[in-house]
Amino acid sequence: MELTVESVVFLILSAITLGGGLLVVTTRNLFHAGLYLMLSLLGVAGLFVLLAAPFLAGVQVVVYIGAIAILIILAVMLTPSVTQMPAIFNRNWALNLALAVLFFVLLVSVISPALDDLGVDNWSANFTEDSPAAVPADSIVQLGKDLVDPDQYMLPFEVASVLLMAAMIGAVLLVAPGKAGDEGGDE
Amino acid sequence: MVPLWMYLVVAAGLFSIGLFGVLARRNAIAILMSIELMLNAVNINLVAFWRYKTPVDLSGQAFAAFVFVVAAAEAAVGLALIISIYRRRQSVIAEDVNMLKW
Amino acid sequence: MTGLLKDIGLSHDLAVLIAKTIGVFVVGGFGLLWTLLGIWLERKWAGRFQDRIGPNRVGPFGLIQTVADTIKILLKEDIMKQGIDRWVFNLAPILSVVAVILIWAVVPFSPAWIGTDLNIGVLYLLAVGAFGTIAVIMAGWGSNNKFALLAAFRAVAQLVSYEVPMVLALLVPVLLSGSMSTQEIVRQQHIWYVFAVPLTVLIFLISSQAETGRGPFDLLEAESELVSGFHIEYSGIKFGMFYVAEFLHAFTAGVLTAILFLGGWRGPFAEDVPVLGFLYLMIKGLFVYWVLVWVRMTLPRVRIDHLLDFNWKFLVPVGLINLLVVALVWKLIPGTDQINSTADALVPTLVLLLVNVAMILVIGALLAERGRRERARIQARVAGTDLPAEALASAAD
Repeated sequence: MELTVESVVFLILSAITLGGGLLVVTTRNLFHAGLYLMLSLLGVAGLFVLLAAPFLAGVQVVVYIGAIAILIILAVMLTPSVTQMPAIFNRNWALNLALAVLFFVLLVSVISPALDDLGVDNWSANFTEDSPAAVPADSIVQLGKDLVDPDQYMLPFEVASVLLMAAMIGAVLLVAPGKAGDEGGDE
Repeated sequence: MVPLWMYLVVAAGLFSIGLFGVLARRNAIAILMSIELMLNAVNINLVAFWRYKTPVDLSGQAFAAFVFVVAAAEAAVGLALIISIYRRRQSVIAEDVNMLKW
Repeated sequence: MTGLLKDIGLSHDLAVLIAKTIGVFVVGGFGLLWTLLGIWLERKWAGRFQDRIGPNRVGPFGLIQTVADTIKILLKEDIMKQGIDRWVFNLAPILSVVAVILIWAVVPFSPAWIGTDLNIGVLYLLAVGAFGTIAVIMAGWGSNNKFALLAAFRAVAQLVSYEVPMVLALLVPVLLSGSMSTQEIVRQQHIWYVFAVPLTVLIFLISSQAETGRGPFDLLEAESELVSGFHIEYSGIKFGMFYVAEFLHAFTAGVLTAILFLGGWRGPFAEDVPVLGFLYLMIKGLFVYWVLVWVRMTLPRVRIDHLLDFNWKFLVPVGLINLLVVALVWKLIPGTDQINSTADALVPTLVLLLVNVAMILVIGALLAERGRRERARIQARVAGTDLPAEALASAAD
């Protein structure tokens, strides 16, 4: 990979995304973890821009950072006594870490062409293309049309809106004072 | 351009980080954050495959948009659950919520 | 600009990078310099609204009052009390200024002058707005102060809630122009959208007033209850940054309204003389900003539950219905996908205006009916007690 502006930007954004992600799972203070989550999500939005999907990048910032991450931070602020827990990981964390690392190594061995270069046949998938066709100029317009096209994604689109509605009502019911929360006795 | 597999490696890394967080963190809110990381890793994959394999057909972007919707719904319900558990048990530690275990 | 840099032997990528960097400094610097004059202007207006003179000591007409204030604020001690979350505390004011400056990247000053003509411009505006919310939350949490934390909670409730009617209002110009690029929206306004969709303008103005945390919606820094809320612990230049961010955000809201609904740089000869377009935009923006200041200085602060009720029970339903009706009407009028001149735009604008007037009348009638019932209810209760009507009215909310 030669060092073009694009590849440098890619490396920076990847570092932000992965570094932010690592800090999210290792930071003790959950409020900070929420901020690192935002950083990581911002990195992903940058990757979307690099992948010529600016609309998704915008939605990523509006929905993920502007709504989901802020909600999570609100939850952190509502449960204040737990921002400084004595142990942030459970007892099996070493095993879990090994599992995650193993999973990552397995994935990378399939994805990257490294094993092919080492002479192992029939293992790596062929994901080496680096000059895809150009994206059509009106891809955002096309995405908008596809989402409400009966032959394309209209049904999933409607189902998604019903899902959002159901989630909203469910969330309101769950935390409504004196309603669902009081049943179930003294648990 | 940057080869496709590099994007996939970043996504795999983010997914593994999220996986570790889900498995190892004790705080339910931290687990939720890790799930968001995993969903984002999936989105990177969807968009990267769209860009490199089928830039004309927009199914990858449409799928990513649906993942956004699902993530928003999941965060809303998940946080509502965590808050209501916290109200009753003064705890958001996932191991403490084990009523259904025995 | 890019061509010039390429002529002196730079590669294309690098030339674009340098040109963009200079653009960033010009746009950002303009925004910040404008603040010096704008704050003086706002204080003068505020003085007039309150039957005072306003700043008049430093320089002619008090013009360099803001400069004096800036120097004063720079010289003040930067207090960092114990127990604050240092990084979060220090990052918050910077983020709040950056969030506002970023908006100016997509402001089309004239047919040719724009930071970047993003094809997702309107979405970008919303995305950048999210950073302002984060800044308030960071300030509230990092200060380690109960009042500041309360302000942070309110920020989540208020800013996130009012983003919903704002999106609903923003979708209308996007729908009418068929583009999310701010430049394209201005180009398409052969007749200003304010004449076609006045109701949308109203929704947008109300929600952007709430987004900037001003006027009747300044609950984030309510002096009487939260002793200035999220910036309670900030002093010196850090407070100054919050102040600048708030001012600039409010002015930007005026400029955005001008772009989306008042035709942006449009005006006589603006196509040929870019400076005129810039001037028109500034005058329109200042006018909207003046209206916002007027509202701010006139209306008393609302209560937090009223604020949220007003949003979820009034603005959001009205915004949804407005969007649906406008979309339907726009679809039903023939020829709306090919509007290239004022003559083309005339009929659709008139039809939309009629529909909007009808909607405003219906909403007004519904509100009047609601008010009548509410008053009747209170009257009925007054009849049974000795209390004055006002006491019951405030108890009934």
